Amino acid sequence: MAETATREFLHNLHDLPQTVKDSCFRLGKAPESEREESQATFHNLFLHIHSVRVHVRTLKPTLTFGLGLMATASFLITIITGVLLMVYYKPSTDLAYQSIKDIHFTVSTGRFIRNIHRWSAQLMVLVVLLHMARVFFTASYKKPREFNWLIGLALLVLTLALSFTGYLLPWDQLAYWAITIGSNIANSPRELTDAIGITRFFDPGGFQKRLLLGANYVGQDALIRFYVLHVFVLPLALVTLLGVHFWRIRKDGGLAKPEDPPGGLAEWGGEKRPVFQPLATKTYGLMALVKGKRAPVNRGPENTVMSWPHLFWAELSVFMVTVAVTLILAFYSDAPLKELANAAIPENPAKAPWYFLGLQELVSYSAFMGGMLIPMIVLVGLALIPFLDRRPGGEGTWFGTSHERSVFWQSIFFACAVTVGMLAFTVNYGWLRNWFPNIHQLWIIAINPGSLFVLIFAAWSIFILKRKDSVRLSAVSLFTCFLVGFTLLTYFATVHRGPNWHFYWWPSQWPVH
Amino acid sequence: MSRLDPPHVSRRSFLSLVSLGSFFAALGTAAAGIFRLPNPAVLPGPVRRFKLGPPEQFSAGSETAFAEQNLVLFRDDEGFYAISSTCTHLGCTVARSKDGFACPCHGSRFNSKGSVVGGPAPRPLPWLEVSRSANGDLVVNADNEVPEGTRYRV
Repeated sequence: MAETATREFLHNLHDLPQTVKDSCFRLGKAPESEREESQATFHNLFLHIHSVRVHVRTLKPTLTFGLGLMATASFLITIITGVLLMVYYKPSTDLAYQSIKDIHFTVSTGRFIRNIHRWSAQLMVLVVLLHMARVFFTASYKKPREFNWLIGLALLVLTLALSFTGYLLPWDQLAYWAITIGSNIANSPRELTDAIGITRFFDPGGFQKRLLLGANYVGQDALIRFYVLHVFVLPLALVTLLGVHFWRIRKDGGLAKPEDPPGGLAEWGGEKRPVFQPLATKTYGLMALVKGKRAPVNRGPENTVMSWPHLFWAELSVFMVTVAVTLILAFYSDAPLKELANAAIPENPAKAPWYFLGLQELVSYSAFMGGMLIPMIVLVGLALIPFLDRRPGGEGTWFGTSHERSVFWQSIFFACAVTVGMLAFTVNYGWLRNWFPNIHQLWIIAINPGSLFVLIFAAWSIFILKRKDSVRLSAVSLFTCFLVGFTLLTYFATVHRGPNWHFYWWPSQWPVH
Repeated sequence: MSRLDPPHVSRRSFLSLVSLGSFFAALGTAAAGIFRLPNPAVLPGPVRRFKLGPPEQFSAGSETAFAEQNLVLFRDDEGFYAISSTCTHLGCTVARSKDGFACPCHGSRFNSKGSVVGGPAPRPLPWLEVSRSANGDLVVNADNEVPEGTRYRV
């Protein structure tokens, strides 16, 4: 008997590479038939969030430009590089700055990894914003995707929060003054409660500031709080919501796309093909028993293709492009590190990273209006879009309903004129405080260039609503105004604001001191 | 159906409702309780009473900036006064400009008495309490605001 057991053992040992491989890869070879391709998709934890077949329309690069996937890719890059940075970073006000310097100058590949982390984070912010614009202009938020639009907004907020908490950690001048300004923006409801004299009884601003800083000054308590948020709380929240976001894409029937015409022929990829009609008597598997439309159901096989390999090649190439862009940027451009935090003197001008500069311009009119109310109004406005614009049509098509393109261009022109005009006026003539030095603070909070932007843009969208008699066109006009306003304010604060937040045509004209 | 004759609610569904209510009450309390820990019970912070030296050190008509302490000490014919150099807008440190103070972060401007003359600052720069310590040194308490125009006579 021992003889046979030994033989069996040796036999198994001989087969070991093959049996291990078979246990890891169920199929064991590249799939050859559609059946095997579908198994390759749904037998794999990481691939099975995809449907087995995808509509050819959703693979068209110009529908999505791969923006959502690019955001995911850059997030994964920040996770990997972030964990690497955690190996050396020390969240202490005495050590943080030096540890960043160590990472930059001493640690092998530390500088490159830090640059990648920084660039992929910047890319993520940019791409998330573009992704939102893509979803909006292709009307992809419409029923049944309203909820996923909300999840997307939460992801946008988390992305910005991650970026903000991230640049606080080096404890350089940028970090210190950003925490100071950020926590005081959290404190800015006091501007209102002070103005009406109720701060003693009701002080949400003070509560928010205490929660952020953990003390009444910016120091170790604040740094450790932002560290915990940056490396644990916010990423965890983001990953969770990202899971929901992906899951909802499947449950809502894949990416938004126009309805296929019922019966007859439809044109896909330059040729007419018959559209599959499900038989009324045909029953589908348990997987199909969910609300909403799903890619494999109600859609003909003629206008869908197998996810393996078509979708996965596309996804892989977007990942590759993202990694390539990040690596190139990280190779040629170093992440900045300013001087060590100095509580006595801020930089002049003390500018936030680009994605917050529009906000900084608004805050320079009124902390409470620009830093809290307007962002709230914008977020609530964005959240309401899919619930106020409920008429189906145009899904999955850029500027899909009639007149959308013209309203888009009109709104760009209008918003540019308003923004440039208002900024030029403010720069030349100042604002209420310059004209009436003793004016009550409530007036400044209520009437400032920021709040006027909101009012004028809202008025414009109501005008479009009346004139074009379409909620979608009204939403397009408002969203476009918001995008233009954000872009122009960001540009203006980046280029034209100098020391003491004064206007300069070019940074080269800044006074030397 | 009148109010005297209410619809029948079974004991089972009533108890289910109550237990569900207690579940959400507990959840809400727990959620609120989560914020009690990070809300600091004591606010640790450095003492913000600063000894600035003997009064003779500052001549009449002088102004001295104390960068570390974030304040400017003035002496005029009527006495001493100290103005905080922390901007009332969002907490940046203001710098002396030609005719007052200017904030580098968001462009608030104050005159040399600390009143707002431009920009987003909601309040004037606070005037701080000036006093003397037992050994005669000037002391500024940065946590105590005094009305504008208050002077400390030596």
